[in-house]
Amino acid sequence: MSITAIHKHNVIDMHDMQQLVPKLARVKSCFSDGPDVSTIEVEMADGAPVDYAPGQFNMLTVFGVGEAAISISGAPDGSRLIHTIRDVGAVSQALMRLKPGDQLGLRGPFGVGWPVRAAQSKDVLIVAGGLGLAPLRSVLYHILAHRVQFGVVTLLYGARRPADILYQSEIANWRESCEINVVMTVDHADVEWPGRVGVVTQLIDQAEFQSQNTLAMICGPEVMMRFVASALVDREIDAENIFLSMERNMKCAIGHCGHCQFGPNFLCRDGPVLSYKKLRPLLKVKEL
Amino acid sequence: MAVEYASMLSKHAFFKGLRSEVVDLVAGCAQEIEFSAGQYICHEDDQADQFYVLVHGHVALQIASPGRGARTFLTIGAGEVFGVNWLVAPYRWTYDAKALDDTKAVVLNAVCLRRKCEADHDLGFELMKRVMPVLIERLHVCRIQLLDLYLKQN
Amino acid sequence: MTVINVLALDDLQILLENLQEDGYALIAPQLQDGVIIYDQVEGLEALPRGVNDIQTPGGYQTHKTKEPSLFHYVVGPHSWKKFLHLPKLQLWQAKKFSDEICIASSEPASFKAAFIGVRAGEVKAIALQDKVLINSGVVDEAYKIRRDKAFILAVDCARAGGSCFCVSMQSGPSVEGNYDLALTEILTPNHIFLVRSNSEVGEKILKKTPHRPATAEEIRIGQEIVARTAANMGRAMPDTNIANLLSQNLQHPHWDAIASRCLSCANCTMVCPTCFCTTVEDVSDLKMEEFSRERRWDSCFNLDFSYLHGGAARSSVAARYRQWMTHKLSSWVDQFGSSGCVGCGRCITWCPVGIDLTQETQAIYDDQLG
Repeated sequence: MSITAIHKHNVIDMHDMQQLVPKLARVKSCFSDGPDVSTIEVEMADGAPVDYAPGQFNMLTVFGVGEAAISISGAPDGSRLIHTIRDVGAVSQALMRLKPGDQLGLRGPFGVGWPVRAAQSKDVLIVAGGLGLAPLRSVLYHILAHRVQFGVVTLLYGARRPADILYQSEIANWRESCEINVVMTVDHADVEWPGRVGVVTQLIDQAEFQSQNTLAMICGPEVMMRFVASALVDREIDAENIFLSMERNMKCAIGHCGHCQFGPNFLCRDGPVLSYKKLRPLLKVKEL
Repeated sequence: MAVEYASMLSKHAFFKGLRSEVVDLVAGCAQEIEFSAGQYICHEDDQADQFYVLVHGHVALQIASPGRGARTFLTIGAGEVFGVNWLVAPYRWTYDAKALDDTKAVVLNAVCLRRKCEADHDLGFELMKRVMPVLIERLHVCRIQLLDLYLKQN
Repeated sequence: MTVINVLALDDLQILLENLQEDGYALIAPQLQDGVIIYDQVEGLEALPRGVNDIQTPGGYQTHKTKEPSLFHYVVGPHSWKKFLHLPKLQLWQAKKFSDEICIASSEPASFKAAFIGVRAGEVKAIALQDKVLINSGVVDEAYKIRRDKAFILAVDCARAGGSCFCVSMQSGPSVEGNYDLALTEILTPNHIFLVRSNSEVGEKILKKTPHRPATAEEIRIGQEIVARTAANMGRAMPDTNIANLLSQNLQHPHWDAIASRCLSCANCTMVCPTCFCTTVEDVSDLKMEEFSRERRWDSCFNLDFSYLHGGAARSSVAARYRQWMTHKLSSWVDQFGSSGCVGCGRCITWCPVGIDLTQETQAIYDDQLG
């Protein structure tokens, strides 16, 4: 179809290369979530709902700038499309500059998310580092919506500084509800910070869970995930029951462009969430 | 009293699995101590003649710096210990320790402990085996903090 | 039992005309600037005659012979992927109308082509790309639309090149798998082509073309030619489970040794008939009213390929070479059920410093044994 053939509000047949063509979406709302982080809610321009599983991601396009993979941060009702974005590159910077009503392109959702079904009737240990809380928020909302299906649920969250803690009001609500145990720590405290100082792996010793009946979900910088996962193995959680959300350069999101390969895995398609059992030997290899 | 401390110590994670006669030796140097929230437990450059075995509450380890206030670099909770400076000359605190909430600890008199360790190397070795992992863990934590993993990388 | 027929040289010209009559553009080898390349031709006369090539690690040279041969050179830097998995492709366009943006997928251009002189390894390479781009989940429509229409006129290799190792990759020199017609070129006593058909379309084209059944002697000569090629391979991959060998040696010091020579120029990935990686670039007009996204071939040797905020995941050349070679020979097996290498040797010939992946694999293998 040539561009001149497109008319306003025309519904365009996109059967060819459908997966590679973004659909039009709009920013519904946006708010700051720390010094260099924004959270935006997006809705499809045609109003169509988007079904996604916790841990999946979307490819967001800022027209004229480019496309980036952004995990879906979830929402209490499980259908809203919320994305937490940090200004780490041209596309994410442009995404952060979007205002309510602005148009953007959206492809997705893509990827294999968190194993929420396998977690049923188990204790769930969620370990987040920095922005890693974003893709885990959708699983937390899922658990809260189906709380009786899960055992003891614990969120261990490490942030850089108190000001960098994401979703502060949600975390306060989760704490208050007593549905999940929340323990936080920061790497670098200021004088006002009343909480723990140290790294997130230190929170594992005190966390309550039955090792043989626990499923752990980890997201954060790779170094943090490596140490958390090995600490969980030390506490006798089977590597098969430890899941990490991996990050690599995702471009096509359909396993065709080759960019996100991590060993034999196309992380966009086979991941981003994979078991530590699969990842452990690969995480040991530098620059894989 | 020593019997009571021996029972407290043997339940503490730091002394877990230690033979009872060794725990008894340690308990001979013990005393229970409480701090209210906000109270300083020790100060940088003071003589480190105490080794704290935390039973309840939280303690912030801090270094104050002009214009930036007292900066907490690590917090310690129940089941942990602090003050391992007791073991190594010149036995001096290198930070301030402040109770974050009402805190209970067993404080071990380091002079007493050092004397017993000199006299009984088995005791010294047992304590050393327990102090080393704490130091290694703290070193690892410190490295991870230095890496500033959550800092924006661009 | 495959029926083997014979085409005379003139019949081959008629066969090409029949393909053209059926709407196929002819893409065939040509000699350009001393190099065998693939491009559109109008007939048999455009094909190089009496051209042989000498291929060595980092070396390529063609020379004329007195033979009337049409296919005695082996493969050059081009492969058929440039006609199926396009080097550049617009994926979509978008335009802003007042304040509303409309997005339209860019329709893949239809292209009905007959590929003339496709070698055994290339038939297999096309099958490997089919697996990646059509048969492993999401279908790449732009590839499929061209692939579905492609007519493959293959040819058995009558000569082995200096960089070839298709025998050890079980992909040649005799054409097998998905092709329409396959030829064996025989020069003596007469210049003829044995032809076998492997599809209805192939059969249909052959029917329209004058041909006769091959004699037992002609068939024997054909077999002998292919057997001679097989016996003269320039090199071989070590006879072991390469996929396991490499996946168990990801930290081997030999990767650094290779990296000390590798220029990370990406030549090997560009000439490889199975490398499929792509990247995208968004463009817009200055008024920010018209936008489009273009896809183009990319290479795992490019630093940007593994870019993550903060830097490249594979910043060292060693890591990038390892990614290429282990993907091709090892993780491809996990991903798609077979090796991604067909043994055509292009990556060896066109490497400016002559890195030879069979030797590099052998070095790791020998060290393992030692």
